[in-house]
Parts: sequence; C-alpha cells; structure tokens
Amino acid sequence: MFLNKNRFFSNTDLIGFALLALLIFVMLPVGLDVFRLNLFGKYLTYAFVAIGLVLCWGAGGILSLGQGVFFGLGGYCMAMFLKLEASSPEATKIQSTPGIPDFMDWNQIAEIPFWWQPFHSLTFSLVAVIIIPVIFAFIIGVAMFRRRVGGVYFAIITQAIAAILTILIIGQQGYTGGVNGITDLRTLKGWDIRTDDAKVILYFVNGGLLFACLFIAQIIRKSKLGRILIAMRDQEDRVRFSGYDVANFKIFVFCAGAAFAAVGGAMFTLQVGFMSPSFVGIVPSIEMVIFCAVGGRLSIIGAVYGALLVNLAKTTFSELFPELWLLGLGGLFIAVVLAFPNGLAGIYKDYVEPRIALIFKRKMHIDEDVSKYDPLEAAAD
Amino acid sequence: MNARPDFLLTVENLTVSFDGFKAVDGLSFYVEQNECRVIIGPNGAGKTTVLDLICGRTKATSGKVEFKNQELLKMREDQIVHAGVGRKFQTPTVYEDLTVFENLEISYPKGHGVFGALTFRRDDAVISRIDEIAATVFLEELLEEKAAYLSHGQKQWLEIGMLLIQDPELLMLDEPVAGMSVAERKKTAELLNRIIQDRSVIVIEHDMKFVEDIATRVTVLHQGKVLSEGSMAHVQADPKVIEVYLGH
Repeated sequence: MFLNKNRFFSNTDLIGFALLALLIFVMLPVGLDVFRLNLFGKYLTYAFVAIGLVLCWGAGGILSLGQGVFFGLGGYCMAMFLKLEASSPEATKIQSTPGIPDFMDWNQIAEIPFWWQPFHSLTFSLVAVIIIPVIFAFIIGVAMFRRRVGGVYFAIITQAIAAILTILIIGQQGYTGGVNGITDLRTLKGWDIRTDDAKVILYFVNGGLLFACLFIAQIIRKSKLGRILIAMRDQEDRVRFSGYDVANFKIFVFCAGAAFAAVGGAMFTLQVGFMSPSFVGIVPSIEMVIFCAVGGRLSIIGAVYGALLVNLAKTTFSELFPELWLLGLGGLFIAVVLAFPNGLAGIYKDYVEPRIALIFKRKMHIDEDVSKYDPLEAAAD
Repeated sequence: MNARPDFLLTVENLTVSFDGFKAVDGLSFYVEQNECRVIIGPNGAGKTTVLDLICGRTKATSGKVEFKNQELLKMREDQIVHAGVGRKFQTPTVYEDLTVFENLEISYPKGHGVFGALTFRRDDAVISRIDEIAATVFLEELLEEKAAYLSHGQKQWLEIGMLLIQDPELLMLDEPVAGMSVAERKKTAELLNRIIQDRSVIVIEHDMKFVEDIATRVTVLHQGKVLSEGSMAHVQADPKVIEVYLGH
C-alpha cells in the first residue's frame, strides 16, 4: 500500500491544485476587466514569495523578515533590462546624454555604468533574475546557518538586510533611480507591455509560472527533504545526530524561497511597469509574512489565497480608510496568529474538510489513507 | 600515554570548562570492541557532558577523543555520526509531527546530502529494513502512528530504533530506562541486551540492578573525574564509591 510508492500528490492536494487553477485561469480572467485582472496579477506575484515562506518558515522553521530583498532584486534585474530598452537614443533625445536611462541623466551621469551593461541582453537578465537573488541568499545562508544563527536572531538580521538594501538603493540614486525606482518601462524586445493584450498575456504567464513554482514546492515538500525540514523544525539536534549537516538544508530551502520571491518580483515589474525600493524594505517584507500567515504557513495553496485575499482587502480598505488600514493589517496578523495559527488552510482543514468528508464518506475513506502520510498536513493537525 | 590501537574509543585528558567551572576534568578512559561500558555517578558528575563531548554537541577545552584512530574533537556532529557513533538523548527526542515510519526513514543511512534527500526513493530495501527495526523495538504495529501519540516508553524505543537503523559501531545511551514503567523497563533491558551483542555501547544509568545485568565494566564519575573503574563487583566494593554515590 502506501509504503510502496511515494506519491507527490494526494487526492486532497489534487483537488486543491485543480480548484486554484480553475480560479486563476478561468474564473478571474472571465469575470474581471483588464484593469482588475492586472491588479490580481500583481497580487499573485506576492504569492510566489508566500510559497517560498511556506517552505522556509512553515516547514523549516526559518522565519525571514527580508523576503522583499529577493523580490526586489528579481524585480530590479527585470527593470534594468526594460529600462535600457526604453532608453534608446531616439526615445531620450531631449536628455543631455541621449541613450542612457533618464534618472542617470538627471544625476549628471554621462554613461551607463559597467555593471548595467550586461542587462542589455534579455537572456542575461532572465538568468540574473534568479541567479543574483539566489547567490545573495546563499551568502546570507552560509554566513548565518553555518554559525548556527537561527530563530529570532535570524529574523532580525534579515530585517536589517532589507533596511540596508533599501537605504543603498535610495542613496545611489544615479545608478538605481533612488526612491522613485526604475519607472517608465515600455517594451520587452519591442513588444509593448502597457497594452491591454499584453497585460492579459502577462497575467497568464504569471499564472503559469506560479503553478510551476507550486509544483516545485510540492515536490520539495513531498520528498524526504521536506520531511527533514519538519524534523529540523521540531528537533534540530536529533537531525544533526542522525548524520545530517543541518546548515546545508537550511541554506537550500532559503535559496529556494529566494528564487521563488525573485520570479515574483520580475513578474511584478513586467505587470506593474516599474520597480521601486518600496517593495524591498521592512514593511513589504513583513506584509509578505502576513500573506503567508493568513493563508496558512503550512499550506502552499493556502499561501496563494492568503496573498490574494490580504491584497484585495488592502486595496479595498486602504481606499476607504487610508489611516486605519495599517492598524487593521496588524490586527489581522495578531488575530490569525492567536486564533488560527494555521491560517485559512487550517480553517479549511478543521471545519470544511470534515463536512465534505461526511458528504462523500465512502469515497473520501480511501483518500484519507493516503493523506495520512502527508507530513505537512499531519503537522497542521 | 599512547593510545593502544585496539581500543575502539580512546578518551584522554578530556577537559571542558564552562566559565572556569570544570564539568569534565582531565578525564581518561578506554572502550574496547564489543564492550558495554556503564557510566554511573551522582548528579552533576559530568556523565551527560562526557557523551556530549564525544558526539560533538559540546566543544572540549582540551584533551583528545579518538575513535578508530580518528580524532573526533575536530569533526562536525554529522561527520561523527558517519564515522559510526550514535547518540540517544536523555529525554526521548523524536519528530512528533512525523509518523514512526518517517522517523525511522530519516535515520536510514542513505540520502543525507541535500540532493540525496531530494532524490531519495522509498525502495524495498528501505521498507524491509524499517520493518525489521520496528519489530526489534516493539513498534511494528505503530508504523503509521504519529510519534506525538506514542507513550513515553515507546518514544524511548523509537529513538533507540532510530539509532539502530544507523547501525553505529559505538552506541551511546543516556538513561535509556528512565521514566519507564516496570513492564517497559523489563522489555527495554531485554532489548538492550540483544542490541549490545555486536557493538560497543556506553550507557549512563542509575538503576543498579539494570547496570549489573548489562555492564562489562563500570566507570564511576565524580566531579568530572574518574573515581573508580572496573567490574561491577569491584566498584561496588570500592569505599570511595560507597562514600560519594552508593551510600552505606
């Protein structure tokens, strides 16, 4: 029976994936106009970060309050390519130095710096979107986890890194666009990303990439590595004395989380048309943790719903009560942690699933046997 | 003093000092192949600390710990495990959110790298080995149970099983029968007697009846130093041991 195969998808998982696919690829595109669809596309870019946090925080117990760093780095890599393409000599002929990004011209920089040069290449830029944040995460991971820095200390350090990177970007205005970020992005290899058609296509590309990330995350969770992460979260010493180099596993999952966040950041830049330090710093990084907590930090599907719902609420309520919104968000976080530590996914599992099970008693009986061996679901109990 | 090569484990002049307090002070002892060494001593004698030092959990201030002619003090915990040293903690330390099967699977000595763990397959060899170990530690009926739902004694057995599946040449057990019921204690003694047959074991234990049953030799620790060493009869007759530990 179960012992003979290591199934990556239990039936419960398959239903969850199918419902989410239905929502993202059919219901939202059919039900929303292009403006709203683009907005949901933006919300979904945060879901990439939340999925990474489910792996790092929910499974591995590593709370990073600096995921905005990786989201931002991915977004900036994409923005640099788009900005260079938008800064053709014809488009920028009114500048004192035509052919360079506008913010460089405003800051009396006369030529494109050497480290911007490789971003003329789309291939390089796409590789950089993932590789640069992963290398950065790797360096942080090696420095922290090899020294056995963990828990609250790790969270505070990642937060400090988010603050430092924001200050660096704002301070180096001539090279980064400063506090305004990199704006006025127009085309991708000649294809105008501002049109309605482009927005719809980018929405679907975004959805496809999101499912690719969900799929990878699911494989990681269901492999022995996923179970080691849970074991590490609960009894780190026992894992160490079972012959594992715990630091390597933490570095791996932190890098995976960074890669997901970076893809989200790049898709954000493409769909929203700019990237700025306001998506890098402490506040956005903490918001990303809230998306994950509300959705359920043990469930990758839950994390996607969390990102969607909190952002939808943010858009709605921040228009109605601009001053109260942040307090509301903080209150929501506290409420979730106190009352529903496993978020929406936990509520679904505790209240909805048993009812469905009652209705389909006979059919679900078989499925339950399989889902018993899902360590993350087991952990959610 | 040179280490004799036929000792499995050589501990010489081992010292660890915590802010000036020497928990283990110039300790030397030798463990032979297939020996069952029991360490006894009053509370605070440094028994657990000695095991911590050998398995790399605590870094020694000075001295040497040689296992099969490898210096353990310079190695990381996981490297020491791979060298063949297994350690059971005093309180049962199992992964509560995972099933008994998964607990044993994680300890199975394969796929310990990141990519090894990603590509690890639950093949027939793994399953039959886990079944075999589960039967040894009386848990064959509970493979699908989450470890959190096991009784205290069953958790102790599970952790012993997790060590057995690693097949270590040196097994270190910290109070394996502590907190067990009489029936569980008896079963555990039987289990330990079976598993110490073909390997070396270091056990920390207070139960004298139990020590008498399993010990090849006994080392009595007091204030981080060896107070007495030899057969059970020898240390029980030693006036120094009676004074500080066994009582008159």
